[in-house]
Amino acid sequence: MPRVHYLNADYGIRSWLLTTDHKRIALLYLGSITLMFVLGGLFATAIRLELLTPAGDLFESENYNKLFTMHGVIMIFFFLIPSVPAVLGNFLVPMMIGARDLAFPRINLLSWYVYTVGGLFTLVAIAAGGVDTGWTFYTPYSSTYSNTNVMLTAVGVFITGFSSILTGFNFIITIHKMRAPGLTWFRLPLFIWAHYATSVIMILGTPVVAIAIALVGLERLFHIGIFDPKLGGDPVLFQHLFWFYSHPAVYIMILPSMGVISEIITCFSRKKVFGYSFIAFSSVAIALIGFLVWGHHMFVSSQSMYAGMVFSILSFLVAIPSAVKVFNWTATMYKGSVSYQSPMMYAMGFIGLFTMGGLTGLFLSTLATDVHLHDTYFVVAHFHYIMVGGAIMGYLGGIHYWWPKISGRMYPEPWARLAAWIIFIGFNLTFFPQFILGYLGMPRRYHAYPDEFQVLNVLSTAGASILAVGYAIPLIYLVWSLRYGRVAGPNPWGAKGLEWETASPPPTYNFPETPVVTEEAYEYYPKGAEAEVV
Amino acid sequence: MSAALSAFLQSQPGIPLFPDQASSVADKVDALYFYLTGVTAFFTVLIFSLVFYFAIRYRRRSEDELPQPIHGSLKLEILWSVIPLGLVLVMFFWGAWLFYHIRRAPSDATQLYVVGKQWMWKIQHPDGQREINELHVPVGRPIKLTMTSEDVIHSFFVPAFRVKMDVLPGRYTELWFTATRPGEYHLFCAEYCGTKHSAMIGRVVVLEPTDYENWLAGSPAGETLEQAGARLFRQFNCHTCHEAGPTSRGPSLHEVFGKRVQLKTGGAVAADEGYLRESILQPNAKVVAGYEPVMPTYQGLASEEQVMQIIAYLKSLTRQEGQVPQP
Repeated sequence: MPRVHYLNADYGIRSWLLTTDHKRIALLYLGSITLMFVLGGLFATAIRLELLTPAGDLFESENYNKLFTMHGVIMIFFFLIPSVPAVLGNFLVPMMIGARDLAFPRINLLSWYVYTVGGLFTLVAIAAGGVDTGWTFYTPYSSTYSNTNVMLTAVGVFITGFSSILTGFNFIITIHKMRAPGLTWFRLPLFIWAHYATSVIMILGTPVVAIAIALVGLERLFHIGIFDPKLGGDPVLFQHLFWFYSHPAVYIMILPSMGVISEIITCFSRKKVFGYSFIAFSSVAIALIGFLVWGHHMFVSSQSMYAGMVFSILSFLVAIPSAVKVFNWTATMYKGSVSYQSPMMYAMGFIGLFTMGGLTGLFLSTLATDVHLHDTYFVVAHFHYIMVGGAIMGYLGGIHYWWPKISGRMYPEPWARLAAWIIFIGFNLTFFPQFILGYLGMPRRYHAYPDEFQVLNVLSTAGASILAVGYAIPLIYLVWSLRYGRVAGPNPWGAKGLEWETASPPPTYNFPETPVVTEEAYEYYPKGAEAEVV
Repeated sequence: MSAALSAFLQSQPGIPLFPDQASSVADKVDALYFYLTGVTAFFTVLIFSLVFYFAIRYRRRSEDELPQPIHGSLKLEILWSVIPLGLVLVMFFWGAWLFYHIRRAPSDATQLYVVGKQWMWKIQHPDGQREINELHVPVGRPIKLTMTSEDVIHSFFVPAFRVKMDVLPGRYTELWFTATRPGEYHLFCAEYCGTKHSAMIGRVVVLEPTDYENWLAGSPAGETLEQAGARLFRQFNCHTCHEAGPTSRGPSLHEVFGKRVQLKTGGAVAADEGYLRESILQPNAKVVAGYEPVMPTYQGLASEEQVMQIIAYLKSLTRQEGQVPQP
């Protein structure tokens, strides 16, 4: 290990809370979102326990409704949205492009404080009794009828939105202005392309959800008629505003993980990525088309039938670039040198689960089947395959891949592989039965349900308990590795990319001298060697 | 084939795997569902197999192994963009065609009125029978529900019929179905509506036509919807302005339903149920050309169910005037 690195360059609580080092800020985020993940996970556990039996016998209905609301609010706004970008993106965007830091280090720190303040508002809302509107805050229930802490939660979400705007804006400027000499756009790692596309969505989408939430607040506090028809408003307007952000937000959650997967697959296949420019441009295509599909959440909302048809075909179009990515990742393994270290296990898990999540999305883009499936457990299963099977698998894969870089130490590999298997199995057992429940017609957000749905719900809860074990194991061995792990060295995986060319953990300024890039990304095969082999 | 598959799935003992098919659209939706499931299964198996095969076939055999780079293949990129595009276009057109069918009620449908509120469903039959959290319908007859909510958004969902429609405050939405098999089926509220959302459930009872006639006869009906509407029309003094001859302050409501109405502000609007409802509750929103905005609102005076009765009465005025009756 290097004698001085970013972790020990400075000591004391002040050196962390006032740091402008993107790597330390990444760790601040890592700590915060891990706490939020544990909290959201506890809510999920409570939900699954309640659903073991058809009768609503563990919690009161009101409390059950608060549990699924807070599970959604915490997991989406305080875990999934910041997960890969704010932790791995923060750590790696400057390192991958050979920069000393992000373009605006103090704004980067500010984003963490904004996130924390938003998080505190939400935690206070929970402590004060919670909120029961669903994470979607549909009006007029949220604006007029709910008697819970809607305002505190809304303020929390509103504030936290600004942290993603700040992060997105920082990434875009950094990627434009601070690339190392020779690092042209088409030499960038795909992780950077994914974060660039994500940042565009964050900047363009987040203000709209902030506006929607602010309008709910105006109606709630001052009875200005915006959404409630009794006050002269239009309840469906809220859904348009909300999904205009919240559908693209799905891509905020998945695109960065896709970037992680591109890095891992190439490294553990020791091979250039198949179809670099197709993967890069598919991220941009997803970001752009993703803004035009929000109405597919509203096929039965009273939205015009013809609007539904337009949103349906646009939703199908956004599926194509995702399919292209999956095919390219798979093709990257073809004739590669594949090793099964734990990051690769997560990446392969991601490909499988994301494929299922994406394909089941087609059922919901298809108008006639969505009429039946809308607001059932099929939707719940679908988006958990994308969010948990996709985004979290990618996040965990990334954490395992870059952990040696972040901490300077290796974790116990057998445990990591075991955890990956447990998560994969537990995940499928939890969420696959929910597809069947959904087609059978079990509505989501049901505290009590008819008896015939019990067997599938018991399977799902059993899966959730396995999944919980799977998530607990990495938490333990990663912390353990900080002290007892084997020293990793600068590049334990034999990976390509600028972040592997400096020490682990890196020095505060990342690189002793500015690196110069002379080759494309993922050149595992040295130039010149080609001629010899052929 | 769809029918055989669904029958097979339903026949599995133990865990239920497939919902009942009890409406005229159910098997059509299921056929599309099986197509989607087929495509999904094919690509899931394909991707899983390729990943496993490549992982094993090309596993790292020595630490210094260095595979040849492959830059990509334009042909393959085109192939795996165009084939999925073709498959999803089939989904789109099939789904949109069926959606059109699911959304457009046949003109001979029997109209029932539904009011959702936290946390119950209130249903009015044309002959005056009322039900709460239950809906009795005959087999084989198209039923159209005109629905609204008294408070928050609800959603009327009958899984066995494969139909669902949100029920909104402040406007009417429509849902139709033709039940095909007698039995009892779940009625769910599918849009989260507050504390007792999961208790906002009921059942749809599909009866053979004779059983249905017996049920109608055995249920206390009182006035028909039209009669109730006519009574309310007097009770709320609607007639003093709307039936006062050529000098009346409000337009005659005979023959208004289903027509296009010229508005004071210019333009025209189709006088459907939604327009009539709006004109009762927010009379000044779209005033008829030639009249002044003098009508008071009936918001708070007339309940949603009463508004529906008045509308049923107004619709009957159009029929009685020798218009094409709705069969």
